Amino acid sequence: MAETAAKPKPKAKPMPHEGVFEPWNDPNAKPLIEFRNVTKRYGDFTAIDDLTLNIYEKEFFALLGPSGCGKTTMMRMLAGFESITQGRILLAGRDIGDVPPNKRSVNMMFQSYALFPHLSVWENIAFGLRRETKDAARITERVEEMLRLTRLEKFARRKPHQISGGQRQRVALARSLAKAPKLLLLDEPLGALDKKLREETQFELMDIQEKTGTTFVIVTHDQEEAMTVASRVAVMDEGRLVQVATPPVIYEAPNSIYVADFIGDVSLIQGKASARPETPVPAPPVSPTEDPAAKAAPAAMPEVPVASAAPLPDGRAPAPNVMGEWLHDKVLFPILGRRPPTPKALSAPDKAPAVPEPAPAPPESGTPESPPELPGGGLAIHWADGLDPLVAVNGDPALAGRTVTLAIRPEKVTISRDKPATDNAIEGTVIDIAYLGNISTYHVEIAGGVMVKAQMTNTRRIAKRDITWDDAVWIGFSATAGVVLDA
Amino acid sequence: MNRFSWFNVTSLTLGFAFLYLPMLILVIYSFNESKLVTVWAGFSTRWYGELFRNEEFLDAAWITLQVAFYSSTIATVLGTMAAYALVRGGRFRGRTLFSGMVYAPLVMPEVITGLSLLLLFIGLGMATGMLTVTLAHTTFSMAYVSVVVSSRLSTFDRSLEEAALDLGASPFEAFRLVTLPIIAPAVISGWLLAFTLSLDDLVIASFTTGPGATTLPIKVFSAVRLGVSPEINALSTILIAIVTVGVVTASLATKRQAIRQAREEKMGERGVA
Ligand SMILES: Nc1ncnc2c1ncn2[C@@H]1O[C@H](COP(=O)(O)OP(=O)(O)OP(=O)(O)O)[C@@H](O)[C@H]1O
Ligand SMILES: [Mg+2]
Repeated sequence: MAETAAKPKPKAKPMPHEGVFEPWNDPNAKPLIEFRNVTKRYGDFTAIDDLTLNIYEKEFFALLGPSGCGKTTMMRMLAGFESITQGRILLAGRDIGDVPPNKRSVNMMFQSYALFPHLSVWENIAFGLRRETKDAARITERVEEMLRLTRLEKFARRKPHQISGGQRQRVALARSLAKAPKLLLLDEPLGALDKKLREETQFELMDIQEKTGTTFVIVTHDQEEAMTVASRVAVMDEGRLVQVATPPVIYEAPNSIYVADFIGDVSLIQGKASARPETPVPAPPVSPTEDPAAKAAPAAMPEVPVASAAPLPDGRAPAPNVMGEWLHDKVLFPILGRRPPTPKALSAPDKAPAVPEPAPAPPESGTPESPPELPGGGLAIHWADGLDPLVAVNGDPALAGRTVTLAIRPEKVTISRDKPATDNAIEGTVIDIAYLGNISTYHVEIAGGVMVKAQMTNTRRIAKRDITWDDAVWIGFSATAGVVLDA
Repeated sequence: MNRFSWFNVTSLTLGFAFLYLPMLILVIYSFNESKLVTVWAGFSTRWYGELFRNEEFLDAAWITLQVAFYSSTIATVLGTMAAYALVRGGRFRGRTLFSGMVYAPLVMPEVITGLSLLLLFIGLGMATGMLTVTLAHTTFSMAYVSVVVSSRLSTFDRSLEEAALDLGASPFEAFRLVTLPIIAPAVISGWLLAFTLSLDDLVIASFTTGPGATTLPIKVFSAVRLGVSPEINALSTILIAIVTVGVVTASLATKRQAIRQAREEKMGERGVA
């Protein structure tokens, strides 16, 4: 869901016992699981391709990726149900290639739960314990503990078919936790639950993880879930790891277009990068001195592409349509009050002389001051001929001269009728509006037919929304909002 | 739509009459007072009394039951193992051949099965008798058991076994504690099927039996050749009663079990594909 994905969840608290829990940054930390150049082939199909990965103790590690990318295969190799074609998997420093599943201190919660239908909830949970001990008192104690933990005491005597889906899921969880494994594998554990129950269970999982100190590896299709629960997220594609990082890094600094696009909602603008001078410069793109008149002046000259003519792919002059005109004349004019006469005069030589252009007509005096200075460095991205390049101060200068993609999250893009005072401002037309309750996402088409999504919180009632379909608008974002990726 | 149209009722009646009228006549005549099978002379249970005093029939019945019990039990064990290997074994070499061979006795003419087994026993120098009949019955009813069990196993959720392994059960424990209890109804109906097949087998038994091991079907068959006696009617009636009770209970039980189990298994998983 675009909506859910777009919201960066604040990262759940770090481990309680340390300030920061980042064993992956600690060169001395010993990983619990090591995938060393692991390859898995089915016939000549490569499901896992030379994968190397370390997972540390007490991590909550999420595997994310499109269907068929090999997540379940990784899990099954860890659990011992699939052989490894090449490479090695080490668990606590020991090669587990030849260890049968029943001898590994790994437990798996199955995608399908796989509860034993002929056994009661109690017996299901006790199953694993019975395999390792005959001590009835210990088994009872542990089962009761698991039942308490998963709040299943009332259902202990029931068979799996006599409880609800959410309860079954908890039984599966309790059963896999009962033996206190070093490593717990959860294959899409919450997929069947409704949103509310899923969120509850996510927190329950994190709670359990905190209490038991077990290492969790979780497969999920739900990126929000991965963001919520995980200490680190691995994004996979066709049997390879594309990026392994903490949720905020994955979200804020994806290392590729694939990751940016896969995690959350993103708009991509392609362009040619050039290095920016290191010294701070007065923000050029939206310099206040550049008034609409100056900007619109070349519009009359044929050889320069007209800024305001560019957004429409069909080559029409940017004349407001009937709706826009009506809106302008009947609704906005009275609200916005005075309207500078210049655009009218300037656009006279154009195709639609009589029609005022709402978009390039920000009231000059009303324009807020642009940020006085932009930090130097980074990249300028020339994304459309004749338009100001986009500024990305966090862009890697090494990419200068290359075609790059600026990836930007919708919540970092503002939308307004008037030219905003942000580091980057682009004109466009509203193509679509997705109303999502608390927020709305505007799909704005900018020059070259590129779509950019902008998000706005719905503070006003929907009926009073002032930007609507086909409106000419400005989108804006800061010089640090986007991520520059090699295209 | 009228489900009880005259046409339907008529054809149903005729069909059932065709199937069950002969048996009904047999049952009625088993209570005939007269020694003449075709003349009704009033109700009597006399022939039942005679039957239970007839040592030969009782011996044959006892032998038949023993043979049926042992052969169906062995066939169930072997058939279940074969089914498990076929369904779970994955792709081992010669799997198709093996599964074809397991099922071959289903379509093989009994005469051939019987004859070849007889040749085998003679070749091995085994004296024909109860043991050889039991072995012969095991051979062919094993195929039936493995068909029944493997059809159940093929719908069995493999992840249940994996879950058992994952929780530390050895492969044998996984089979005994998880697979077997779940496929038990199929195993039981396989056993019942094998048991009834063995009970009424005449052809294979007559090939492979020897002195002192005359089974009931053979006994009845040879008795009838000397003329149908009311005793045989009585015996047949008893057999019909046993088989009816057995089949009805078994099918009711397995059906209910199967439904419940299917539901349980479905619910044990989560409700999505
Ligand atoms: N036994 C098998 N034989 C052949 N190919 C297989 C086998 N098991 C899995 N694959 C293939 O390996 C790839 C990875 O499968 P896997 O089950 O790991 O995907 P996944 O990432 O878990 O997908 P999903 O999110 O849909 O569960 C898939 O393309 C699948 O078709
Ligand atoms: Mg999967």
